[in-house]
This record gives sequence, structure tokens and C-alpha cells, in this order.
Amino acid sequence: MSFTILQKRELVPTLHQMEINAPRVARKAMPGQFVILRIDEYGERIPLTIADFDAQAGTITLIFQEIGKTTRQLASLAAGDSIADVAGPLGNPSAIEKFGTVVCVGGGVGIAPIFPIARALKSAGNRVISVIGARSADILFWEDRMNEASSELYITTDDGTKGHHGFVTDVVQNLLEHGEHDEHGEHDEHGERAIDRVIAIGPPVMMRAVAGVTKPFGVRTVVSLNPIMVDGTGMCGACRVLVGGVTKFACVDGPEFDAHEVDFTLLMSRLAMYLPEEKEALDCDLRSSVGEAAAEPTV
Amino acid sequence: MAKQPPSARRSNFNEVALGYDREEAVAEAKRCLDCKKPLCIDGCPVGVNIPLFVRQIAEEDFDAAARTLKSTNSLPAICGRVCPQETQCEAVCVLGKKKDGDPIAIGGLERFVADYEIAKGTTIPDLPEPTGRRVAVVGAGPAGLTAAAELAKMGHAVTIFESLHSAGGVLVYGIPEFRLPKSIVAAEVDFIRKLGVDICLNSVIGKIDTVDELLGEYDAVFLGTGAGLPSFLGIDGENLNGVYSANEFLTRVNLMKAYLFPEFDTPIKKGSRTIVVGGGNVAMDAARCALRLGAGNVTIVYRRGEDELPARAEEVVNAKEEGIIFRLLTNPIRILGDENNWVTGIECINMELCEPDESGRCRPEPVPETEHTIPADLVIIAIGTSPNPLVTIATPGLETARYGTIVADEAGATSKPGVFAGGDIVTGSATVISAMGAGKVASRAIDEYIRRI
Repeated sequence: MSFTILQKRELVPTLHQMEINAPRVARKAMPGQFVILRIDEYGERIPLTIADFDAQAGTITLIFQEIGKTTRQLASLAAGDSIADVAGPLGNPSAIEKFGTVVCVGGGVGIAPIFPIARALKSAGNRVISVIGARSADILFWEDRMNEASSELYITTDDGTKGHHGFVTDVVQNLLEHGEHDEHGEHDEHGERAIDRVIAIGPPVMMRAVAGVTKPFGVRTVVSLNPIMVDGTGMCGACRVLVGGVTKFACVDGPEFDAHEVDFTLLMSRLAMYLPEEKEALDCDLRSSVGEAAAEPTV
Repeated sequence: MAKQPPSARRSNFNEVALGYDREEAVAEAKRCLDCKKPLCIDGCPVGVNIPLFVRQIAEEDFDAAARTLKSTNSLPAICGRVCPQETQCEAVCVLGKKKDGDPIAIGGLERFVADYEIAKGTTIPDLPEPTGRRVAVVGAGPAGLTAAAELAKMGHAVTIFESLHSAGGVLVYGIPEFRLPKSIVAAEVDFIRKLGVDICLNSVIGKIDTVDELLGEYDAVFLGTGAGLPSFLGIDGENLNGVYSANEFLTRVNLMKAYLFPEFDTPIKKGSRTIVVGGGNVAMDAARCALRLGAGNVTIVYRRGEDELPARAEEVVNAKEEGIIFRLLTNPIRILGDENNWVTGIECINMELCEPDESGRCRPEPVPETEHTIPADLVIIAIGTSPNPLVTIATPGLETARYGTIVADEAGATSKPGVFAGGDIVTGSATVISAMGAGKVASRAIDEYIRRI
């Protein structure tokens, strides 16, 4: 049984949205979980967060950026093509409860995994303040979805082409300063809402920065870690991360962890472990596609 | 049995043991005394009728030998290669008891017959009328495959749920290509499919369905989820780049074929000086894989001595022949790394053996003032595994013991009605054949149970 691609489109340059037929995964998927996918028998196994799911239709939606060989190959597939293996839903679901006021931060591709979490938190009765950031307005995506999923939405762009000119951390800092945190989650005497929880998903540098901003305010902050994975079910340890000085497997103990306890430096250095091989694979892939183009007859 | 010479085989992933040809097999089979009271059958965890299949080889009736084998053993091409026959059937062969005597090479003969049948095309036995009963098997490793095959042969409808993208468990992710070719595993799994067993890959029980949900659809559930959780030493430096669990290293190399990168996309670090920590079969496998990836220099570091090495003697010999260095009575203290988080070596200490511990083996003690550093750019931790908790934590009412093993009686029945278990998930990491034996025993208990309800 292989997994058919039902829909695929490029949302912004090199960022793709793909809807896949995966009924067993869709039936049980919860916000915060991921799948491990292998395109074909030569492929590597890679984790991708489930950005959306429809249990009735039996479909899951994935968002991915073209970075290396596998994501480039994934980008070249079209509706009607199949993916050999999709295993999931993996990882622990995001904790969805009535916390009060939750700030959901999505940086870059991180907007995709934050979306179902924001939506579920809003359904659970939380006031959801979302902050989504991109380098530039032309690579921002899913603004409509995030609007619907949130009580309030803030946008940031590095170049100022939309929303706040700056970083997601600027907005988070502002929100925390203006809603003085009170451990009972009550509004302070000025009627501002206190922030009960922050969830941040995006590149490790961004998650680390958000953690740095929230720490002095003592607000519980959760991040979703993205280490390299192979099996995704706890049998190999490729995804080891250090949280509070203890080694955890992101695939079964996470992927969400207390941001203030995560060793981001270790995470980032472990993510770089295969850079030479990734480059080699990409070069081989580019060479062979150039070769194919060169072999095509010119009229 | 002929082997690839060490100088050649240390740079390829082709099978090391070359198997018997027809003449060699028949000659070996003819050495069998056909004892009045054969001891060998009891030496076999699945009770293969050894004297019969050996006699059938001697008579050159290989088809009959194949039927004899397959009637009790669903995976003979695998067993013939990876069973520790030297501690099982061959250990009790009377020919081995004589001075300078060699037991009958039962493993080699089993492999010969099994390979003959695969080449010829396996015969599917006649199956009984479907009983209408359904069994779910969790895990397509040796225990699950065997339980499924036995239950299918009894007429039950069986579905195996496997979390990986390929069936076989340790047979595909753990044991290397040069000890157990994956084409052989595929052929054996294919036989089980032909018995009518449905294998659902990419299906993680505990996630897509819980055991309780399976019990809603099936009459019984067999758990053969293995001991796939890798153990680490718990010393400094274990998260440095270039430090792998043996499970990850072997999974990349064997299951994902990283030794063929970049033709296959999964990368693996090759290392120029590799250290493997551990002394079991997994450590030997990891060391011999690292060598074949082009590592100039591979060292096994083990805290006990030569006599205490748990690996099959044959694999230790093969490793030594291939030039792997053994630093015995040596234990790691901390793993060292550079400013970029890459491993540079292991600080070790010498050990000496003292009073035996509860396992019966001598307890190793560090010798003071013998700290020394062994340089390395690749470290593989192969000190053992324990049960993967993914299924057990999602199954209320399932009693587990100290290291996460499932508590089961001799028939494989667990504390949860309708749920049976066998293999490494019950015993902790052991052998392929003992997992198969457990799968067989459980299949009989399951058959009895589902006919009663």
C-alpha cells in the first residue's frame, strides 16, 4: 500500500504544500505530531510535522521547504504520484487544555506545525495570540488559516514588507511586558491579559531566542524540536537531545519540551552532523538533473 | 564451510560464509550416524526433525528435506545462517563428543536445503479450511513472523502490523548483509505472505491503534515488538557528533543501505579510527560494518576478558581475521570531543576480573591509575538494548517487569486476556531462534484460546 499525493502546490518559492491520502494516520493524528516519510526504496526516512489532517477524508497535509535532496525530490512530485512509506502519527501530541491565554509563535516553516496547535487551543477555549514571522512578505504563507485559528494575529517580517519590521521575539517581548504575568492567569488591574503559556516552533535559533525572551517573565514555554531522525519510534537514538541535562529522544519523549531546559547549542551542532554528505547528495542530484536536461533533444 | 578470504571480504558486504555445494552437503550428511536416540532434536528450540532431514540430504531427496524442515521451521534459510548451532543442536551431536570429532554441520545443511528451495521456488503447503478466527500480530520480527506462519497453517486469518517500512525486524535492521543477505529475508517473508498472512507496514501499534482497539477487531493479539531501545553508557560525551548507538549505525547501514550512499540517500559517517564499545554479536556486527565502510582502523573495547565475550565464537574469529583489534579488560570513562562537538577519542581505564556477579560472570573492577585515551572519530555504543516501551505504555492492564519486559507465562499468555507475547519483549535481547521458539509456543496457546472463546 503506497500513499497517493492528492494535491500539491508551491505556496511561495521553494515552499510546498502537499495533501496525502493516509487514512490510518489521519484518523489518529493530533496537533503536534509528525510522520516519517520515505519517497522510494532509495530514499532516506525524514520527519515532517502534520500541518493539517482530515480524519473523515483520510488525508494529511504536509508543508516542506526545499533544502536537500529528499525535499527537492518531494517537490518534483505531482498529484497522482505516490510516496512509498508514511508512518505515523508519531511523537507525543501537543498538550491542549484551557490554559487561559496562549501565545503561539511560528517562524518560517514553523508556521505549518503551529497552525493545528493554535486551532486546537482556540477550540479548547483559550485566548490564542499568534505571532508568525518570515524574512519577507512574499514568503509568508497560511496567513488566512492563522487568522481563523487565532483570537489575535501579529505578523513580522525581517525586511518590514508586512507587519512589524523585525523579529517574532520583538512581538513576544511586547506582549509579555504589556500583560504582566500573574500566576493565577488573571488580568491585572489594568485589564491586560496575562500570558499563561508560550509555544514556539521554527528554526532552532528562533526557538532559542523566544525562550530567552520568556525566561525572565517565568512564563511556561514549550518548543517543538526538529533533530535528525531515522526510525522515529525510539529505537535508534539519532534524535537525542539534552533537556535539563538529561538525554531524551525527541521522537518518543518529545517532540515538545520545556524551552528553558533545552540545550539548543547541542541541537544545532547535531543538526549539522551530515552537512558534507547532504551537499554531496545534492550535488549528485543536481548533476544528474543537468545531465537529463542536456540529454533532451533540442528542436 | 568455505568463507570469503578476510582480505577480500573486509571491503565488501557480500556474504562471508559461502555455503555448501551439492557434493559437500551430501558428503557431510552421510557422516551422520542416524543415532537410535538422537540428542540433536532436543537441542533445537523449534524441534526440527534433524535426523530425518539430514538423512533426506544423504539420499539426495532435497525436496523431501525441504518439506521436513519447513514443517517445523518457517525461516530455515535464516536459522541456517544465524542460529548459534554450536551451543544448540551441534553442541549435543555425539560426533562432537569424540576426541577431535566434528559434530555434523547441521546449520550448514539447513542452509543448503533452505537455499535450494528458495532457488527452486517454495512450495506452499495445503492449508486447512479457514476457521473464521482472526489474530493480530504486532511486529514482523522473528517472533511475530513465526507466530503468524504457525497460526496461518492452522487456518486462522492473520494480520501482522510492522512499524518499519520493511518486514523482518532485527533480520533487516540489525544483522548485516554479509551475515544475512536481505534477499534471503525477503524470500522467507514472501513464503509467509503466501501462507495468506497480511503484512501491514508503516503501522505503529500504540499510535494508529492501541492493543485494546485491536482486541475489538481481532480474537487475539500477539506482541512480538522486540527489544529495540538502545542502551547508552550514561557517561560524558555520548551526545557528541560521531557517537552512535549500534542500533542507529546498523539501521543506517543495513536497513537503509547507507553503505551504498549516495546511490541510496541515507548517509553514514565512515570514520578513520572507529571504536565499538561492547562484546556481543551486535558489537561484532557494528565493528565489521564499520570496517567495510572503509574505516582504516576498528577497535572493540570490552570491559571483561576473552572468555566472557558474549558474541558467537565464530563471529569473534571472523572479526579478528578481518583485522579488528580487541582491547579487552578496558572500560570507557568519558567520551572526548572538540570545540565543534565532534568526538576525538575515549578516555578508558583498564579492568581486572574479580568475584562473579549475579549473572555468573566475573565482575570487572577498574585498575587504579591506568587511565588512558584511545583516539577515535567514530564511536559506536553496542552495550545492549531493552524493550521499546511504545506498545506497553499504551496498553493498560499489561503487566511489565523491571526493564520493561512483558510478563508472560511459558505459553506466552500475558496478564491481559487475549494478549500473548514472545521474543525479546519478554526475555530481553536474546536470539532469533529463541524468539521463533516463543512465537511457535504462543501460536499453540493462541489457537487453543481462540477456539475456546
